[in-house]
Amino acid sequence: MQRDALVAFDGVIKRFGSFVAVQKLDFEIRKGEFLAIMGSSGCGKTTTLRMLAGLEAPSEGAIRLAGKPINDLPTWKRDTPMVWQSLALFPFLNVIENVEFSLKMRGIGKAERRQRAEKWLDRMQISEFASRNVAQLSGGQRQRVALARSLVVEPEILLLDEPLSALDAALKVRMQTVLKTLQRETGITFVYVTHSQSEAFSMADRVIIMSRGKIEQIGTPQEIYRTPKTRFVANFLGSSNIFTGDVVHADAATIGLSTPSGTFRLNAAAGGAVKTGQQATITVLDTKPALSLDRPAESRNMLRAKVIGEEFVGATATIYLETAGGQEIRVQKSHAELSDLPVDIGQELYVSWSQDDGHLVSAA
Amino acid sequence: MSDQRPDAHQRSRTIDFALKTYLLIGYAFVFAPIAASFVFSFNSDRFPSIPLGSFSMDWYRAVATDPLVWEGLRNTLLVGTVVAVISTALGFGAAYTDYRYKFFGKQAYMALALLPPTIPVVILGLAMLAFLSRVDLAGNAFAVIISHVVICAPFAMALTRLRLSQMDASLEAAAWNLGASEWAAMRHVIIPFTAPAILGALFITAAVSFDEFAVAWFVSGLNETLPVKVLGFLQGQVSPRINAIGTFVFVTSMTLVIVAQVLLTGRGAKAQKAALEEE
Repeated sequence: MQRDALVAFDGVIKRFGSFVAVQKLDFEIRKGEFLAIMGSSGCGKTTTLRMLAGLEAPSEGAIRLAGKPINDLPTWKRDTPMVWQSLALFPFLNVIENVEFSLKMRGIGKAERRQRAEKWLDRMQISEFASRNVAQLSGGQRQRVALARSLVVEPEILLLDEPLSALDAALKVRMQTVLKTLQRETGITFVYVTHSQSEAFSMADRVIIMSRGKIEQIGTPQEIYRTPKTRFVANFLGSSNIFTGDVVHADAATIGLSTPSGTFRLNAAAGGAVKTGQQATITVLDTKPALSLDRPAESRNMLRAKVIGEEFVGATATIYLETAGGQEIRVQKSHAELSDLPVDIGQELYVSWSQDDGHLVSAA
Repeated sequence: MSDQRPDAHQRSRTIDFALKTYLLIGYAFVFAPIAASFVFSFNSDRFPSIPLGSFSMDWYRAVATDPLVWEGLRNTLLVGTVVAVISTALGFGAAYTDYRYKFFGKQAYMALALLPPTIPVVILGLAMLAFLSRVDLAGNAFAVIISHVVICAPFAMALTRLRLSQMDASLEAAAWNLGASEWAAMRHVIIPFTAPAILGALFITAAVSFDEFAVAWFVSGLNETLPVKVLGFLQGQVSPRINAIGTFVFVTSMTLVIVAQVLLTGRGAKAQKAALEEE
């Protein structure tokens, strides 16, 4: 266990009857980090969080909090407050009573309770609503109440289960900033479960990507984005072009890969080691390739593809193309870059990228 | 409220009128006998006939001075109160069990718990009498209490269950997560949340017990409740005192039921409004 690890999952398995929700988790959560656990529904991310909260018991393995095994500690004896997807505010209590709840359960006196709750209401900028019923608050205000209610005990770790999923887009972005700032200022470890890539990548220091109860990759958002470790991750992020083929050349500097869409070169350092004859998968981020009518320089990787559609999101456009072999290619460009390029449907273009832009995904 | 519905303006006047008349006739059919009893309870004449005599409180006076009526009322109130408390507690327990736990045979458990009101009261009364006399409990207030709890607890359970089904599924777990033990969560979250249903159940079960006649008739023995006493009066003679007692019983029961309704729907509507705002 690392020195700065706050939580350690040690071979944790969770079964529900014959269904394995989580298979053999081994990872650590560092003190003071903002960790996002991301995956589609049913991948085991919420189960993982609930085990950490003490709402589910692992079937096998150990969870350690600050070095001590907490498997058998009921949730009310752990300091692992959670912000729920539904927020789960108590409808029969007003705002400040909601915030005081956990202090009351810990037997803290009335005066101190009120004072500490007021401090958090103030910090979350909801002091003016202290005596309101929670039903009278807006979504964002309720979000803040839920945060204050969990943070009032000043825990070492805060668990968040898709707390922003019910908010509209603009409010979501605002709350992301609130959360990130709060985490930085308090230094409390945040574990944030979400299915949203934008939430995870914009807030987290590290991201865990889970699929079918297993961890696919752990890393900083940058690492995961630039160098997805598995085909699943590359696919899940949806921001890379993926090519699979046979390794036809492998030396200290360069790897050559023969795929149905062409033969591509990439730097040998970009990923694990491969041998000639092996099957391998490479990814190329959709922001990397250039589009052109004329044949690019021979030093570049290239393929020819027909435009099949385009999609505009703000200042950028995503061009979808298809090779003769049926492989879909996506390329993201700014409108300026596309201004003198005909991108009508059916237009054939060269798609090219530098040897530096390819990345080898470990196993084929 | 109905004015805001989009179809209110489009509905034809004739149909509107016909529906309202139908409703009126329906209510008249149900309430006319009660209203008649109410009116005649204040009538000075010995027999219920029209034209009415003068306004009189004689029959109420006669009832109020009858020690048998007081005895019946005392039994009824005692039984009703105890039954309300016990059956609400039992009903709450059953509803919470259903809410919280999954176990083998749960459906059978729920079916059994909801069964008593579906059994014909005569059969239930006979069975109660047969059983309670064997264990030496028949013929006293205990017997009525036990029998009425059997009848009333399912109502309390149904009400509590309905309320629990409106609860955010994570609410209790959220309380545990915030440091509440299971008992503390019960006391500080489940009971406050279900409080309207618990109060409603207290009033409804009291009303059911207050009105219940058949089973009480079988098992009460000498500790007759008011409805059983009323039958005694009827068998002896047709007296306008019956109207007075009937009016009293009706007003009491209606008050209990209305209080229960207000408690249940008042809070329910508030919760619903909150849920709507959440959307």
